[in-house]
Amino acid sequence: MIANYGYKDGSGEYYISMNTDKCDGCGDCVTACPAGVLEMIVNDYDEKVAAVTDAHRKKIKYSCAPCKPVQGRPVLPCIAACQPQVIQHSW
Amino acid sequence: MITAGIDMGAKTTKAVILRDGNVIARALTFTGFDQKEAAEKALADALAQAALNRSDVARTFATGVGRQQASFANGSMTEMAADTKGSLLLNNKLRTVIDVGAEEGRAMKCTAEGKVTDFAVNEKCAAGAGSFVEAMSRALELPLEKMGEMSLRSKNAVAMNAQCTVFAESEVVSLVHAKTPKEDIVRALHDAIANRIVSMARRVGVEESVGLVGGVGYNIGFVDALRRCLEVESVWVPEQPEYVGAIGAAVAAAEAA
Amino acid sequence: MAQEFWRWKEYNWRDPEESWNKAKMLTAGVDVGSVSTQAAVMADGQLCAFASMRTGSDSPDSARKAMDWALRETGLTLDRIRYVIGTGYGRVNVPFAHRTITEIACHARGANFMYGPNVRTVLDMGGQDCKAIRCDEKGKVSAFLMNDKCAAGTGRGMEVFADLLSVPLEQIGDLSYEVDQEPQPVSSTCVVFAKTEAVGLLRKGWPKNNVLAAYCSAMAHRVYTLLERLGVEGDFGITGGIAKNSGVVKRLEKELNLKALTPRYDPQIAGAVGAALFAHTLAQKEATA
Repeated sequence: MIANYGYKDGSGEYYISMNTDKCDGCGDCVTACPAGVLEMIVNDYDEKVAAVTDAHRKKIKYSCAPCKPVQGRPVLPCIAACQPQVIQHSW
Repeated sequence: MITAGIDMGAKTTKAVILRDGNVIARALTFTGFDQKEAAEKALADALAQAALNRSDVARTFATGVGRQQASFANGSMTEMAADTKGSLLLNNKLRTVIDVGAEEGRAMKCTAEGKVTDFAVNEKCAAGAGSFVEAMSRALELPLEKMGEMSLRSKNAVAMNAQCTVFAESEVVSLVHAKTPKEDIVRALHDAIANRIVSMARRVGVEESVGLVGGVGYNIGFVDALRRCLEVESVWVPEQPEYVGAIGAAVAAAEAA
Repeated sequence: MAQEFWRWKEYNWRDPEESWNKAKMLTAGVDVGSVSTQAAVMADGQLCAFASMRTGSDSPDSARKAMDWALRETGLTLDRIRYVIGTGYGRVNVPFAHRTITEIACHARGANFMYGPNVRTVLDMGGQDCKAIRCDEKGKVSAFLMNDKCAAGTGRGMEVFADLLSVPLEQIGDLSYEVDQEPQPVSSTCVVFAKTEAVGLLRKGWPKNNVLAAYCSAMAHRVYTLLERLGVEGDFGITGGIAKNSGVVKRLEKELNLKALTPRYDPQIAGAVGAALFAHTLAQKEATA
């Protein structure tokens, strides 16, 4: 499943996409994220996968901002931590 | 030398007259739906105040979202450049300038010479701009000018979940129905918008001193929320903070000589 | 009291065949949305009764009321229902539910029931959110996207316009086509700014219907961009309250160049129906375990 967490508002599109079919449930992304944006859940089809927490879904533009400086943006820690390449950011 | 600066904002249009680096007159008018007319009026009002004529003005620069409409101006510049120039004229220690206008929030990092090195903008979403606070004052049936002082009296932190102005209106109404003290709600609202503005500002890297310009600067509750959120000693706010963009345009007009 | 233009009709339905009398197993789904609450009752996996009403300030109370209303005049009581699933924004507030399932999964399952197994793309436009879902022939989700942060593209945005223009919500669709020429869409996405823009258009002398048309097409376009991100594959179905707003639906169909399917029942109840179907599956599993 491609789970897109986030939103689109007047200022732009902010989605974290999780390809849950590739997710092995290791939880490394959860530990890597300095803002506590990610968590492991058991979804509706009883799979243990990474997801964006409820508390952050409506504000990831702001929650993820510290990892996205205007100049000299590094590789995002969540993406770097994920071996199976589950995570993508739309912005 | 006498120059003029006009800031054509989404909600209000401001004009200032600058003589040798000193602001000698300022005027504000509602932008309405005819931006050019508003610009003409603001400039005429400011000139009248200074007892000057159009012909006394060496140059006029325009800034703001409607700046293209001021066809009579000799030049125009971005809001980022104007805010920074205006702020540094008033306080040359500033290295970060935050502008919260009616429809946009902006953060600029600048050099001592007033050159913008980085900026970030929140536009086209009311939740990150002054409109948010205005909408909340309507939802709370509380005059805008009372919100600041009121929020400083708050003793409890209340959580606000809505990140959209329209949804926040409903949330505020439910909080009022649940008998949540208004001062706590107002504080939560100020914290919410300050958080959004600060996370934007952090993307450019906040360096002290930090200044806040734009009409929201009148709101002492917001200024306090911003200071706490930025984790700095103080946030500098000029007198009549809504004129800073226009001042910057007038400074640029003088420099163009 | 002033007329509330954003109000829509609350109602209930029951199968005239009274299929619940012969049923071996009854299950139910309750979808507690931020704006509306629906309860659906299934007799052996077929819809036999439902109710749709506005969510009150107390979610558990709303869930109970919707359930009671769905069961009214069926002679059934809640204890006859084997398995109940709560879904929607307020799904944890259904006190009599055995389990909760997200509205994404329930809408896909419900759409599969209401539109048939060929439905691959489901758009749910609710009161305070908008969901785009891709699913397989069993109604299992393969991709989804949700927007519940921003009021644009949700029923709430439409309510703001209904109120601004003093037009009842149900009439917006028809009125938006009573224009000489299709106007340019409202350019602001943000509902607050779109409202300011609309006030400007009215002041310029635009008739109300043109402003409605401009907003409906802006909304259709916004939803289109959400769907585009996910990729649209036919068949295509729309659920949720705005499915009833032809002003948005027909413009969206035109932009997608794809006709939305006609549902067997009120598209607003898809979430509750999906929940009741999950309940049916889970109850069967329990019975055989």
